[in-house]
Amino acid sequence: MKLRDIAHSRAGDKGNISNISLIVYNIDDYKLIKQQVTAERVKQWFSNIVEGDVKRYELPKLGALNFVLEKALGGGVTRTLALDAHGKSLSSALLEMEIEYEQD
Amino acid sequence: METIRIGSGAGYAGDRIEPALDLIEYGNLDYIVFECLAERTIALAQQQKLLDPDKGYNQFMEYRMERVLPACFRNKVKIITNMGAANPIAAAKAIKRMAVDMGIKGLKIAAIIGDDILDSIDKYLDYPLLETGEKLSTIYPKIISANAYIGADGIVEALQNGADIVVGGRIADPSLFLGPIMHEFGWTKDSYDLIGKGILAGHLLECSSQVTGGYFADPGYKDVPDLWNIGFPIAEINRDGEIIITKLEGTGGMVTPATCKEQIIYEIHDPSSYITPDGIADYSNVEVKKVGKDRVLVRGATGREGNGLYKVNIGYKDCYIGEGEISYGGPGALERAQLAGEIVEKRLKYLKVPLDELRIDYIGINSLYKDRLGKHLAHGKEGFPEVRLRVAARTGSREDAEIIGNEVESLYLNGPAGGGGARKYVRDIVSIASIFIQRRDVKIDVLFEEV
Repeated sequence: MKLRDIAHSRAGDKGNISNISLIVYNIDDYKLIKQQVTAERVKQWFSNIVEGDVKRYELPKLGALNFVLEKALGGGVTRTLALDAHGKSLSSALLEMEIEYEQD
Repeated sequence: METIRIGSGAGYAGDRIEPALDLIEYGNLDYIVFECLAERTIALAQQQKLLDPDKGYNQFMEYRMERVLPACFRNKVKIITNMGAANPIAAAKAIKRMAVDMGIKGLKIAAIIGDDILDSIDKYLDYPLLETGEKLSTIYPKIISANAYIGADGIVEALQNGADIVVGGRIADPSLFLGPIMHEFGWTKDSYDLIGKGILAGHLLECSSQVTGGYFADPGYKDVPDLWNIGFPIAEINRDGEIIITKLEGTGGMVTPATCKEQIIYEIHDPSSYITPDGIADYSNVEVKKVGKDRVLVRGATGREGNGLYKVNIGYKDCYIGEGEISYGGPGALERAQLAGEIVEKRLKYLKVPLDELRIDYIGINSLYKDRLGKHLAHGKEGFPEVRLRVAARTGSREDAEIIGNEVESLYLNGPAGGGGARKYVRDIVSIASIFIQRRDVKIDVLFEEV
């Protein structure tokens, strides 16, 4: 199963830092993303784009994780040579990540 | 007043005007906020002000005010905006002239100044830049603007003195909303828990339709009705800081717990420390709850005192970016686009164009996610009916930047078969660096114009 089936996402920017949220549709699925979508895995997922650290923040009441990706925007929104200078499209790529879904 | 109603009239400089007019006319609003100032915009506005001391405010201000002013006056809706950009005083005077021309009487316009510290930037040459850790002196000759992110203080003062319209420059986005809330409920500057809730209200509204279903739709997964006619948000806030986000009936879009969650988390980094000039908001325990159709209750933000510093955004002339694009289609499209890319790269080397960085993309294949992740997302699918080559490079001069697009354009005659739709661009890049300064270095003032 893909993340896209259980969660939605929005990406934003600040300088050379990308900020990507991941929010489950059904709060019961929060534990799944909390277990499986680690900062390490997200760093690996975007390893050819993100040069810095990835930090993960938890928002259990919203059923959400927030990822902060350092050195992710080609030197910063103003001077990057990337077509998507703000890294807005990173959210959609995250949702392609595979999730193991065990039904009780 | 037990509840106040604030509408968001714009989330960026070029935002649509009709949803704002609808809100003013039918939203039963107390306030409407126009957030129109991006980080870079103020640097560009500062340059306009240098050329003409009566300019330097938002280029769409007259366009917006011409439509908004009569409706706001008629419906008794107060306006808060950062459209003053680099010159709030000139903006207030311009609004006054427009009001006079419209025959409006009994209007008080406040200009908030003090965020512009360009004149004293020399004091901070040893300060480290937040982005790189290098000293401010390294970019000193290229600086064109320096503005402190100021808070709600000036807005509160303006409203206490009876302002109907408040025009500022680099006021932090959420503070534009926090100001009227603090004023209406008499919240003090040290009531940090309440201020945290007011900051959240501002944060939810500052990007206009991004909380009413804009930037949200994903057909089949997240469907949003009538996006073409999306309504901008209204926040109803009570004196305990509880927020209901809603929108006008009959407009497109939607307000749901999911749309609110995406905006709560948007660009906040650490949810427990959302730093603003008015205090630090903590969103860790925020909850959302549907309380009606297109009505969502948001509560649970808290707050604490900030670090006593102001963040200053410094705009500086950084570099140039030259770009060129051309499309190839049909069988072998990718191979021909790749050949074209190689040709341009060789030409730039041959011409010895000094480039800081060169990037060659194939739009549709690797321009968003580069090669590895791009290939993964393509699921091994091969064969593309069309591919667009994009060459971009950063240079120190405009002349060098122009060569990039020219070399791509010359592929028409000198490149592979069938290239079409060449376009070229050169951008003069103004970048932003930041420092922290002591609050006492910034003197906020409020000036009034009356009609």
